[in-house]
Amino acid sequence: MGIAKRTGSWLVDRVGLDRIYAVLAKHKVPAGATDRKKGWMYVFGAATLVAFLLQVVTGIVLATYYVPAPAEAYDSLIFINERVRFGAVIRGLHFFGASAMVVLVTVHMLQVFLSAAYKFPREVNWLSGVALLLLTMAMAFTGQLLRWDANGVWGVFVASHYAGRVPGIGEALKEFILSGQTVGGATLSRFFGLHVILMPLMIFGIVGLHLYLVFRNGISEPPEPGRKVEPSSYRSWYRSLLERSGRPYFPDAVWREAVAGAVVVGAVVVLAITLGPRGPGAPPDPTFIPAEPKPDWFLLWYYGLIAIKPPELETFVMVYLPLIGIAMLLLLPLLFGKGERSPSRRPWAVVGAVLIVTLFAVLTELGARSPWVMDFETEPLGAAEIGPASAQVIDGAQLFHERGCQYCHTVAGRGGQYGPSLDRVMGRLPPSIVTTRIVQGYGNMPGYRATLTREELSTILIFLHHLEER
Amino acid sequence: MENEFADAPDRLEGCRDGPVPAPGSQDLGRDPRAGFGRRRFLALLSIGAGGVAALLAGIPVLGAFFFSEPDEGAWRPVAAVDDLPVGSTAKVEFVDPEPLPWAGASGRSAAWLRRESETEFVAFSLYCSHTGCPVRWEEGAELFMCPCHGGAFYRDGTVASGPPPVPLERHPVRIRAGMVEVRTIGVPIPGA
Repeated sequence: MGIAKRTGSWLVDRVGLDRIYAVLAKHKVPAGATDRKKGWMYVFGAATLVAFLLQVVTGIVLATYYVPAPAEAYDSLIFINERVRFGAVIRGLHFFGASAMVVLVTVHMLQVFLSAAYKFPREVNWLSGVALLLLTMAMAFTGQLLRWDANGVWGVFVASHYAGRVPGIGEALKEFILSGQTVGGATLSRFFGLHVILMPLMIFGIVGLHLYLVFRNGISEPPEPGRKVEPSSYRSWYRSLLERSGRPYFPDAVWREAVAGAVVVGAVVVLAITLGPRGPGAPPDPTFIPAEPKPDWFLLWYYGLIAIKPPELETFVMVYLPLIGIAMLLLLPLLFGKGERSPSRRPWAVVGAVLIVTLFAVLTELGARSPWVMDFETEPLGAAEIGPASAQVIDGAQLFHERGCQYCHTVAGRGGQYGPSLDRVMGRLPPSIVTTRIVQGYGNMPGYRATLTREELSTILIFLHHLEER
Repeated sequence: MENEFADAPDRLEGCRDGPVPAPGSQDLGRDPRAGFGRRRFLALLSIGAGGVAALLAGIPVLGAFFFSEPDEGAWRPVAAVDDLPVGSTAKVEFVDPEPLPWAGASGRSAAWLRRESETEFVAFSLYCSHTGCPVRWEEGAELFMCPCHGGAFYRDGTVASGPPPVPLERHPVRIRAGMVEVRTIGVPIPGA
């Protein structure tokens, strides 16, 4: 026997590899899970795991170069981007890998929800999955902050504002997030520790539980209308199903997961190479005012929601709504743990899923567009845009810009989207109403009583009249 | 006691290579014949030892993790009284109380200082009272505008538009030896 073979059988004996292999090889999955079409619905969990492992390895590389101190973090990111071999690619991989994790964990969850795989006896599979979803979002958010640029710094301020709103423990939570009373030297180390040590350890632990439960309870069979989950008989029914027609997990089911994992890695690599790393943006300076903090794409929906909610619902939307959402996710398998699994027999579940996905898409689009953000860079209209006009009209255009009107209102195709375009306002409203609204304010429009002189007001009105008549 | 001998064979059983008694066939922790016997004592001892160890390590761990030093704030001279004309608003920058050597720029903060009259100064917090984004003073519009969710404040810090629920927070201000001094405050939480 060659030395390699002897070493091999020594390891097999001492570690018990044959036992482990036997357990995996003997593990059976329902035939439906290896079905030519339905089989592909079972790959999202494994694909998420692959994306997570990609995050672990790229994260380890980044941690060996990143300096988690506020004074140096930004420069160390530039160093990774510009000087570390493949550094830019690694940062790109970590960013798009994070995006892939958020997407896949969501798709996985939707799939499990629609096929009601969370029902008996897999309730804890779902509960641990909810914990993993929250940890994934927390990782994505803290990761954005570790990209310690202006956006990252202001992200911390915003996070502390949210935490501070929690009744009772808000102040303590705020201090925990900031590691003090305000963003300072200790803040970044805290996020580094959470993002790089605590949360990954928690993910490893809960993924371990999640996978153990998948093996213990078996993967759910594809649902069929009319075949209800009955806790008293389900387990024995499932066992006989596997005995009758179960397929070995290796290799009948695992190959699809391997292919899906490879596709995920391939897509992330292509994105990282073609689009490159994200940021860092402007330097991290809390006294730098022109910063326009905005979350990465996966939180744009919440950013949008926060902007359009009425002021009275402030605490509700910022504190209780997320808690209610989490509570609903946790209660789902406990309240609806048996009965029909097929989506065709659960119309309300389908409606709910479609509603949530639509809401997510609409709010994300709104957040990305963010029409409520003033256009601080807009240029005043000149004679070229206005055309032949009196000196007063030109003055009015200047004032319209100078007094900030154009930050929110578009005129002749230029300006912000917060308020309505004012090209036709004089045709739409009588002059007295326009005047009242400018002076007293209206809805989200501030009142300019103390800012505009009587002459300035009439000059602006002349400009608006001219726009109407053009 | 007799109980010691009564369950002695069971203990030997567990040491042999033979079949382990199936769970449920006997309760190892609570043998009804044993009363407060040796096994029960050892089980409680294990839990107790673990608990004491967790407590001993846990107090400093959680203490270091969750509790930061109280911050009394510090007075910082930010501008000469004569530098700011009456009715004007300017950004002032100052150093946080006891900044750490590695804090870099994040050891500094800023505020909006407004001169209301010859003797009266007001310092507004930079942080929008909505979600804490940095408001900017727009001179022509005489508004503080927030770049995040469309909030705006009048020059006196009251809400002019958008989602902010309350006015801008204010820093305490005083005048010492011809200098305007601003007291640092932590990140203010509206309503807290």
